[in-house]
Amino acid sequence: MGSKPSTAPYGLPLHVVEPKKVRLQIAFQSELDPAFAQRVKWRAHGEAFLNCIQCGTCSATCPVSPYMDYTPRKIVAMVREGFKNDVLQCLTIWLCASCYSCTVECPRQIRITDVMYALKREAISEGLYPKKLPTPVLATEFFKQVEKRGRNSEALLMMALYWKTNLVKVFRDMKLGMTLIRMGHLPLRPESVRAKGEIKALMDGVEKAEKELWS
Amino acid sequence: MFEPAQQNGSPRIGFYVCHCGHNIAGKVDVTAVAQAVARFPGVVLSRDYKYMCSDPGQQMIMDDIREQKLDRVVVASCSPLLHEHTFRTAVARGGLNAFHFQMVNIRENVSWVHDDPADATEKAVDLARAAVRRVRLHRALEQKKVPITPAVLIVGGGIAGIHAALTLASAGKKVYLVEKEPTIGGHMAKFDKTFPTLDCAACILTPKMSAVRSHPNITLWTYSEVTKVEGFVGRYRVTVKRKPRYVIEELCVGCLECIEACVFKEGKFYDEFNQGLGKRKPVYIPFPQATPQLVLIDPEQCIEFKSGKCKKTCAEKCDRDAIDFKQTERIEQIEVGAVIVATGFQTVPSEKVPFYGYGRMPNVFTALEVERLVNASGPTGGQVVTREGKAPKAVGIIHCVGSRDEKTNRWCSRVCCMYSLKLAHLIKEHTGAEVFNFYTDMRTAGKGYEEFFYKVMDDGVHFIRGRVAEVSDWAFTPDEEGKLVIRVEDTLIGRVRRVPVDMVVLATGLEPGPDSQQIRRLFNMSCSSEGFFLERHPKLAPVDTFTDGVYIAGACQSPKDIPDTVAQAGAAAAQVLALIDAGSKELEPNTAYIVEEECSGCKSCIALCPYTAISFDAARKKALLNEALCKGCGTCVASCPSGSIRQNLFQDDEIFSEIEGLLTPVT
Amino acid sequence: MRYLYYPGCSLRSTGKAYEESLLSLFRALDVPLEELDDWNCCGATAYMAVDEDKAMALAARNLSLAERQHGRSGQTQLVAPCSACFLVLTKTDRYLKGNPEVQKVVGRALADAGHSYAGTVTPRHPLDVLVNDIGVETIAKKVKSRLGHLRLACYYGCQIVRPFASFDDPRTPSTFEKLMEALGAETVDWPLRTRCCGASLMGTIHAVGMEMSYSILKEARRRGANCVVTTCPLCQLNLESFQQEMNKQFDDDLRMPVAYFTQILGLALGIPNDKLGFNKIIIPPPMTSGAPQGGEPARV
Repeated sequence: MGSKPSTAPYGLPLHVVEPKKVRLQIAFQSELDPAFAQRVKWRAHGEAFLNCIQCGTCSATCPVSPYMDYTPRKIVAMVREGFKNDVLQCLTIWLCASCYSCTVECPRQIRITDVMYALKREAISEGLYPKKLPTPVLATEFFKQVEKRGRNSEALLMMALYWKTNLVKVFRDMKLGMTLIRMGHLPLRPESVRAKGEIKALMDGVEKAEKELWS
Repeated sequence: MFEPAQQNGSPRIGFYVCHCGHNIAGKVDVTAVAQAVARFPGVVLSRDYKYMCSDPGQQMIMDDIREQKLDRVVVASCSPLLHEHTFRTAVARGGLNAFHFQMVNIRENVSWVHDDPADATEKAVDLARAAVRRVRLHRALEQKKVPITPAVLIVGGGIAGIHAALTLASAGKKVYLVEKEPTIGGHMAKFDKTFPTLDCAACILTPKMSAVRSHPNITLWTYSEVTKVEGFVGRYRVTVKRKPRYVIEELCVGCLECIEACVFKEGKFYDEFNQGLGKRKPVYIPFPQATPQLVLIDPEQCIEFKSGKCKKTCAEKCDRDAIDFKQTERIEQIEVGAVIVATGFQTVPSEKVPFYGYGRMPNVFTALEVERLVNASGPTGGQVVTREGKAPKAVGIIHCVGSRDEKTNRWCSRVCCMYSLKLAHLIKEHTGAEVFNFYTDMRTAGKGYEEFFYKVMDDGVHFIRGRVAEVSDWAFTPDEEGKLVIRVEDTLIGRVRRVPVDMVVLATGLEPGPDSQQIRRLFNMSCSSEGFFLERHPKLAPVDTFTDGVYIAGACQSPKDIPDTVAQAGAAAAQVLALIDAGSKELEPNTAYIVEEECSGCKSCIALCPYTAISFDAARKKALLNEALCKGCGTCVASCPSGSIRQNLFQDDEIFSEIEGLLTPVT
Repeated sequence: MRYLYYPGCSLRSTGKAYEESLLSLFRALDVPLEELDDWNCCGATAYMAVDEDKAMALAARNLSLAERQHGRSGQTQLVAPCSACFLVLTKTDRYLKGNPEVQKVVGRALADAGHSYAGTVTPRHPLDVLVNDIGVETIAKKVKSRLGHLRLACYYGCQIVRPFASFDDPRTPSTFEKLMEALGAETVDWPLRTRCCGASLMGTIHAVGMEMSYSILKEARRRGANCVVTTCPLCQLNLESFQQEMNKQFDDDLRMPVAYFTQILGLALGIPNDKLGFNKIIIPPPMTSGAPQGGEPARV
């Protein structure tokens, strides 16, 4: 056919007719993880999302849902049915801003925010989250800082975020960053707790206790 | 059949264990049970059979009684609630006293609740041993009969009460219909059309209302409440309070000239019948077709009651002198054989669902308000308009308001889908507006209902599957300015939508009425957890209650639409007819009785009896028990300090030997 | 009542103005705030994603420190001004009382660090303390200059009324408005008072954070507010700092002051401006009735 046609015949958009771009949308049962729902339920402190009636109140009340690839309601449906890969690689769980609207409004009283947390943790432990996405990076950086000093420095956090993700520049306008620093908003000398040993013992203690509980 | 070693003399017990298909035999080894029981002392015969309740099963018991000279029978099968009566009758037909029988429940108490077959079988044998021990001591008992007064009380004058009243009255029974509002008709009288046929509610209801008024067998007391109920099936003594209307019923002809003459030139007060959308005067009639056609005066609002200085133009105008400012409430006493409770429902109060903005945003309406708006005899003469009086260009109907929600009511209210479809159709027909229905699930199970749904879809009404999260006046885009914005996920498309509308209709669900607990206590009924009155059996006794002679009909039992309500009212009427026409009712003989010579007259039982069945004979200083009132709860028996109260079927020796049977170690 | 004060990391950096005004205000009201000794990070929202148990263990250490400092004989009131800290501390307290798994893991970790928690701490947000402990009337009596020139959009944000707090209705809260009206200020009725500002999305998925914060400011302006009042350091940062960028991106000319409620209270109580951290916010609210609608945006 020579060079690639810029438009497909009959005015159809390219991806409809170009064989390579046609995606198989069918879900085969063999590709799903039947144990996924139970695992998420366990991670979310036994949250009872199995009796969700798929009413969509969570999605409608969520201020971030307009930007999500799957609405929160769909996430619950997909978790229930074992769509593990789609769920753990989606943007939705990283867009959740923990505002708890869904948890308050759900007519079945499902704590959807806790389900989102559980999915974030599952995605991190499975290594399935989108690698360049800043949110998991923020979470991990935050974690490192607190482990080290017991407190978090917003200035260091923002810098780490800036270096580790080239997707987003926190302050496109670096002048704003400078203003904040000048006004004393971002002290560059991080604070620490005195009893750093306690923080380490605390963190190690959690790991030990988790191991004992699940072994 | 296992023939145990032949024993002579009494007792000669026959034992039967039922398979109940797989219900029991799937878990319990019924053959092993029969074998084990065959060895118990006194058992002369032990059989297992597929369905003991079937004709051949019953026949087997009767034949065995005759041929094997049985004098006691034990059946191990299902719950006594289901078949105790069946087997007692079989035993009686076989020639024994019906109470020389004991039933063991090895279905609900064993096979349905245990996992391990060996454990289940062992428990079945233990329960059977207890029954065998106990039945030896059973006394022959006689069932007492009480006569049934051929009069009926019906509480609630909605479509259920009206239909039941007319059915019973046309069968020649005396009916007292008591309604707390000034008119009968209930919620149905407020509707414009009824789904799915769209017949006019008034056209089908008002003829029935006037038939009630004119029927010679019906005494209609509106604006009245039942305050006290005493007695028992066949002879309930009921006290009814009739609130003063300040209008003499016998004189008022409903000419309405007093209303015209009232010193208030315009209506000023909340008009209950029109959900407050209209205003009425202190002297009023709820609506033009109110039955009875009697005016009444609200003393909270009437100037004469407040200051005593009114010109009383209403009384002046009435040429029949029907207005009586001094009227007081009247108390009526009646005696009836049975009662039908048909007290209906209330819609979920809008305060329970604040996130839809009712009360804060004027153009959020409840469905009942819109029923009045579309009604030709309503406050706007059938015009569907916003509170500013404008015809809406877009209307959103929100389903499931207050239903299917852990924070309000868990249940599906059953009628809202259909009435929302009806309102969608009527609003579209009256205004041509774009109508959006926001539903969680569409439930249109009923004759002609799904077809009606298709028709409304065909009308061009929008159906968006999703539960609305909020209604707000937050305008995000210019076209949302001045509108109510409904935020919802269109779950079929998977995207959140903002739909701007001029009018929001809340399809509020149904819940028990505000005085349902009071009514429940009056008639000693039970409630299910949500507060609706509890039927005796959800399938087989849907209009009976656990109180003999008290029946329920309509939405006081659970949310239901008009066809189901009328069907249930007819069923309740039929049950009452069966009771009355039998002339008498046999009472369960499990009543308590007092051994007079042992009674010390301490009176402690009198206060404890929940059925006020015990009184005190002051002359003889003894407690006196009315067996007709006694329900056999056993409270007095257990509490009597001198042990002078006994109970049939629950004698001490019967209970003790049952316990011994249970505790005897397995050998 | 005695209060322990838990600043949290934000009040030591982006929320400096919040801390300054809060401490001045409580001093002016004669309610002592004693800082929790050697406090650590609350566990924070981001942390929950990585390891919830560790997040709760961190929060629990703070609860334990509070018990050490104030004893276990009564209920210790731990004032946490940052919404996220308030939420995480409350959530941890609830889960430690109701969830046996969390109890086991966190209890063990606490013990390893030489701590324990008996459950005698109540995390409180200062808004709750001001309205329900100190009382609107007491505060109203101390007002020196009434703030009739302010039309405030009270912005609760999400986490102080949802999902655990019991001091106000999660959907239609009103304590904030009551408090501001007692100062003589007007408040606007607006539906976004508890809608999320975007929180950390402003830093991670910036475009989304921008739209979320912008829509809140836009509606506040549409309702005629001349100042947004917040109760949370992250909300303040998000709503205030990016207005110039918003103006560029959405072709607008927003100049909406975003102040802490403690600053507004301080103004009314006559506390000097330099003690209220006004030098640390970019767009100061109109200070007097003569001031123009909204301050000039700081030149950056």
